[in-house]
Amino acid sequence: MTTMSSQLNGLLDVETVSKDFPILARTVRGGNKLVYLDSGATSQKPNQVLDAERGFYTRCNAAVHRGAHLLAEEATDAYESARLTIAHFLGAVPRELVFTKNATEAINLVAYAFSNATAKSAHGRALPDGADRFILAPGDEIVVTQMEHHANLVPWQEVCDKTGAVLRWLTVNDEGRLDLDDPEHGLESVITERTRVVALTHQSNVLGTITPVERIAQAAHAVGAIVVLDSCQSVPHMPVDVSSLGVDFVAFSGHKMLGPSGIGVLWGRYELLESMPPFLSGGSMIETVHIDSSTFAAPPQRFEAGVPMAAQAIGLGAAVDYLNALRSVDGSKHGMAAVSAHEHALTTYALERLTEIQGVRVIGPQEAHDRGSAVSFVVDGIHAHDVGQVLDEMGVEVRVGHHCAWPLHRRFGVAATTRATFYVYNGPSDVDALAEAIVAAQKFFKVI
Amino acid sequence: MDLESLYQEIILDHYKNPRGRGLREPFDAQVHHVNPTCGDEITLRVRLDGDQVVDVSYDGQGCSISQASASVLFEQLTDQSISTDLETADAFLALMQGRGHVEPDEDVLGDAVAFAGVAKYPARVKCALLSWMAWKDAVAQSASAQAHEENS
Repeated sequence: MTTMSSQLNGLLDVETVSKDFPILARTVRGGNKLVYLDSGATSQKPNQVLDAERGFYTRCNAAVHRGAHLLAEEATDAYESARLTIAHFLGAVPRELVFTKNATEAINLVAYAFSNATAKSAHGRALPDGADRFILAPGDEIVVTQMEHHANLVPWQEVCDKTGAVLRWLTVNDEGRLDLDDPEHGLESVITERTRVVALTHQSNVLGTITPVERIAQAAHAVGAIVVLDSCQSVPHMPVDVSSLGVDFVAFSGHKMLGPSGIGVLWGRYELLESMPPFLSGGSMIETVHIDSSTFAAPPQRFEAGVPMAAQAIGLGAAVDYLNALRSVDGSKHGMAAVSAHEHALTTYALERLTEIQGVRVIGPQEAHDRGSAVSFVVDGIHAHDVGQVLDEMGVEVRVGHHCAWPLHRRFGVAATTRATFYVYNGPSDVDALAEAIVAAQKFFKVI
Repeated sequence: MDLESLYQEIILDHYKNPRGRGLREPFDAQVHHVNPTCGDEITLRVRLDGDQVVDVSYDGQGCSISQASASVLFEQLTDQSISTDLETADAFLALMQGRGHVEPDEDVLGDAVAFAGVAKYPARVKCALLSWMAWKDAVAQSASAQAHEENS
C-alpha cells in the first residue's frame, strides 16, 4: 500500500525552504511548475549563497593572499573564514583543506601527485620528505570500483598509463552493492600487497548505494595503500566527519551542495599533503623562486596556484551555514542530520511509488537503508532520453544517460537510465509529479 | 503539449518498425559512432557502385530520435547518387542546426522533414544527427578506398 506522503517522518519544511531559492519560482515548458530533480548533477542556490557572493564583490573584492591594503586584508579574511567554516563542517582543521575548481580537479590533484612524484623521482629531482608514498613502479596496483563516476576512474587510468601501474576494481552485485566477499573480485583478492591507492565513491551517483568505506579503508591501510574518497554525493546529503572515516583524501564539489560553481574541496591528511609535489604551479604556491628553480609553500597554499576563486569559496561557506541551520519540521534533527532524514523519507517514498508502476525497474538498492537519494530507473520499451523528454515537457527535470558512470551501466546491461535526485527543496509532491509523469510517458509511447 | 511536434507519427513509426536495419554484406566501409553524452551508438555500413549508393545497413541502440533517424536515412539515401545524397544530408544538417528557423524542403528531405521539430530541442539534435554523421564518414571512407583502388 502506498504511504501517504503526510505520514513521512523527518521532513524539512519544504515550503519555507523553497522560498529561499528564486529559481524554483519560475515556470518551464508552457507554464509548468518547475519540479527540479537533478540536484545530483548540480543543486540550486539559495539567496543566502547568492547574497554572500555578491556581498564579497560589493564590499571587499580584492586578490586574496596578495597586497597589504585594507580590501586585500578583508578579502583574505573572508576567504580564510570560509575555509574555517567548511573545515568545521567536515570535522577537519583548515590547513587540511585545499580549494579546487571542483571535485574532478581535487581528485586530479591527488592523481597528479602520484604521476608527478614518479616522474620527478625518475630524473632524480627534488621531492618533499615522505614523497616515496607517491612514487609508483610498474606493476603497482590502483584499485577503483565498478560504480565510480568517470571523475574517479579516468584520472587513475591516466596515472596507470604514465607510471606502468595496473588498474584493478571491486565489482558490483545485482543489488547494486559492492561485492566485497566475492572470491574473485572481492576485497581479499583485489586489495593486495601491490595496492598503492584505493579510490572509491562514498555514495554512487547512479545507484544511491552508500559504500562500506571504513571496511575498505581498513583493508587498504593494512597493505599501506592511500585511500581517496569521492564524496560528491555524500557531503551534500549526510553528515560526514572526515576524522572518523578512516580515509586519507576526500573530494567534493560546492555546486552540488547549494554552493556556487567553480569551487570544490580536497581534504587530505596533513602529513600526506605535506609530502606531495605541486599540481598546478605558478604564483602564490611558492616559497622562493630563482630563475632556474623554486621551492614551494606549505599546504594548502602549495596547491592553490594563482588568484583563487574567493567569491565562490565564500559562497560555499554560506551554503554550509545554510545547511547547518536547517531543522526538521518536528524539530527532532538539525543540520546535515536533518538533510539526511529528509532525503531518507523522500527516497523511501520514491522507491515505493516507482516500484508500483508496472514496467519501471529501479537500478540499485530497492530499499532505502544504506542508500542515498539518487534513484535511477529504466522504463520498459522507452529509452531514457524519451522518458526524460516527456518528463521535461511536464516540468519534471531529471537526468538521462549514463550519468558519467558508463562502466556501471554496462555492468547492468543498460545503455542509459533516467535518474531522479532529491534535495532539501524537494517534497513528497515532487515524487508524485515524477510518478505521474512516468505514467504519462508510458501512455505517450503506448507501452501500457 | 509540444511533444507531438517533436515525436511526429512518422518518427514513432520508424522507431517501432525500422527499415533496412541489420548489418549486410558486401560493404565498402564500416564506421562506429557514439554519442558520448548519452551512450547511444550506431554501426553503419555503406556499399557504393560507381557514383551510386546501393546499400546502407546499420545496427545500433539509442533513443527513438536516433533510431528513427537511421531508419529514415536508409530510405532516403539508398539507391541514389552520392551527389544527390550529399545534398540531402547537407539539407538535413542545416535543418537540424537551424534552431527551428529553417523551412524544410520535403522534395529534398522526404520523410526526414518529420525531424523539423527536433531542431527546437538542442539537446536532441545530436541524437537525430548520429546516423547521418556516421553515413557521411562511411561514404568518405568508401570513396577514398575506391580512389585508392583505381590508382593502384
